[in-house]
Amino acid sequence: MSILVVAEHDNESIKSATLVAVAAAAAIGGDIEVLVAGANCGAAAEAAAKIAGVSKVLVADHDVYGHALAENIADLIVEIGKNYSHILAVTTTSGKNYMPRVAALMDVQQISDISGVVSEDTFERPIYAGNAIATVQTSDAIKVLTVRGTAFDPVAAEGGSATVETLDIVKDAGLSTWVKDEIAKLERPELTAASIIISGGRGMQNGENFALLESVADKLGAAIGASRAAVDAGFVPNDMQVGQTGKIVAPDLYIAVGISGAIQHLAGMKDSKVIVAINKDEDAPIFQVADYGLVADLFKAIPEFDALLEG
Amino acid sequence: MKVLVTAKRVVDYNVNIRVLSDNTGVDLNNVKMSVNPFDEIAIEEAVRLKEAGAAEEVIVVSIGPKACSEQIRTALALGADRGILVETDEDMQPLAIAKLLAALVAKEQPGLVITGKQAIDGDNSQTGQMLAALAGMSQATFASEIELGDDTATVTREVDGGFQTITVKLPAVVTTDLRLNEPRYASLPNIMKAKKKQVDVYTPEDLGVDVTPRVKTLKVMPPAERQAGIIVESVEELVDKLRNEAKVIS
Repeated sequence: MSILVVAEHDNESIKSATLVAVAAAAAIGGDIEVLVAGANCGAAAEAAAKIAGVSKVLVADHDVYGHALAENIADLIVEIGKNYSHILAVTTTSGKNYMPRVAALMDVQQISDISGVVSEDTFERPIYAGNAIATVQTSDAIKVLTVRGTAFDPVAAEGGSATVETLDIVKDAGLSTWVKDEIAKLERPELTAASIIISGGRGMQNGENFALLESVADKLGAAIGASRAAVDAGFVPNDMQVGQTGKIVAPDLYIAVGISGAIQHLAGMKDSKVIVAINKDEDAPIFQVADYGLVADLFKAIPEFDALLEG
Repeated sequence: MKVLVTAKRVVDYNVNIRVLSDNTGVDLNNVKMSVNPFDEIAIEEAVRLKEAGAAEEVIVVSIGPKACSEQIRTALALGADRGILVETDEDMQPLAIAKLLAALVAKEQPGLVITGKQAIDGDNSQTGQMLAALAGMSQATFASEIELGDDTATVTREVDGGFQTITVKLPAVVTTDLRLNEPRYASLPNIMKAKKKQVDVYTPEDLGVDVTPRVKTLKVMPPAERQAGIIVESVEELVDKLRNEAKVIS
């Protein structure tokens, strides 16, 4: 069996999510190859060759793959996909964008967002916003899968020595063109990669008050998240949203501040190793999943917490 | 230009999901069913395009058992002009749904198809992209803004870390994210009017599509329960626990 993992990268480096997809591939078992498709992505390909357990890196380096337009990437993957038993990508907005297109063109029923590998054709995946876990078996010869980014422990980014092969395949469907990216500049770790996250909810009352969390985050090296309620109220931008309709995270420590704990938020963070909840409402559902709960006014508790971290 | 939209029948988002004790699925008995919320946003966007003069007709499609006609009526009450029900009792999976939609696209020749980015039951997020692939159309997923040009659409997409803007050639498939719009409520007169609107019924055989499921559900389990922990009395105690018990901060 030979497994193709489509890398998530920024042309310069490999995103940590890719290491999760490789881990899922390793759980299936077989020879693992990684596809790096991008524009001027040589550095990312070199990084991919160092990932533990990868035997070969395929590089498609061309302008047509520069912004991961779904039509072009999908056509490329379909062209080489027939050689593999499984094709995997992570459940990110780009994996979710091109993989179903790949699956349809190969006449395969994709299995989305797998959270467990039972056997080479049987997988676990969350349904109903994580309120149920389905075990599903596919009859398709080639398996097209997306992998839940928090469900597998990432493999080591270093230690491998894969061969690198250049693909001379240029697919330009000519259906869409990139106009611009507006990516928020991050001074802190990315939510999906952070080992500590502190998130604010409606209880923060406004966007300015998130400065309270920033101070704590700086001391802990944490990323800052938010609940859907805080985003919808306009406190913070939507890329900070943790939850079923935002980012799915599973850090070592998740601190929920002024977050009541709606199902849709819990679905995005309940796999965190340690959960702390700070909320003045002792009946808030967030306390039912928290390892440590503190019933307190966040505007008193957070500055105190912040001060104690200095000591 | 015709706009085709989808209205999947799903368990209402307010319903607490309960896994059946025999682990064959979730309990759908006497449960409120609604239009998939992301499809509601698709319907709203299509109706707004029509109100703005950019679309002539809005066609709503639902696929599944006869009861899906309720969701079609809801969409018609929200302003869609005409409905299509593809009636089947088969367990419908995204690839088969996309094939049926592709057959309807060939029949109706819409300039734009708008679907929800995912349905809140299966959480697959596949149908729109698969339809685009099968119909040879461009795709713009997770849209938070759509601007129609003459033969293109410029779409702002919600991506990890922010937004991406792309221009796609029409005909295109666009899938909706939450911030695209806020769907309206149906007024009583519109609900009455919707009852008179035309709904055509097809079967998968009529459309020449094999909808045999490729994926079998072996079992459905409730998620692992997370045990509630302890309530600490002070910030000091919290910091102490995090440092010395959980050892997650230094």
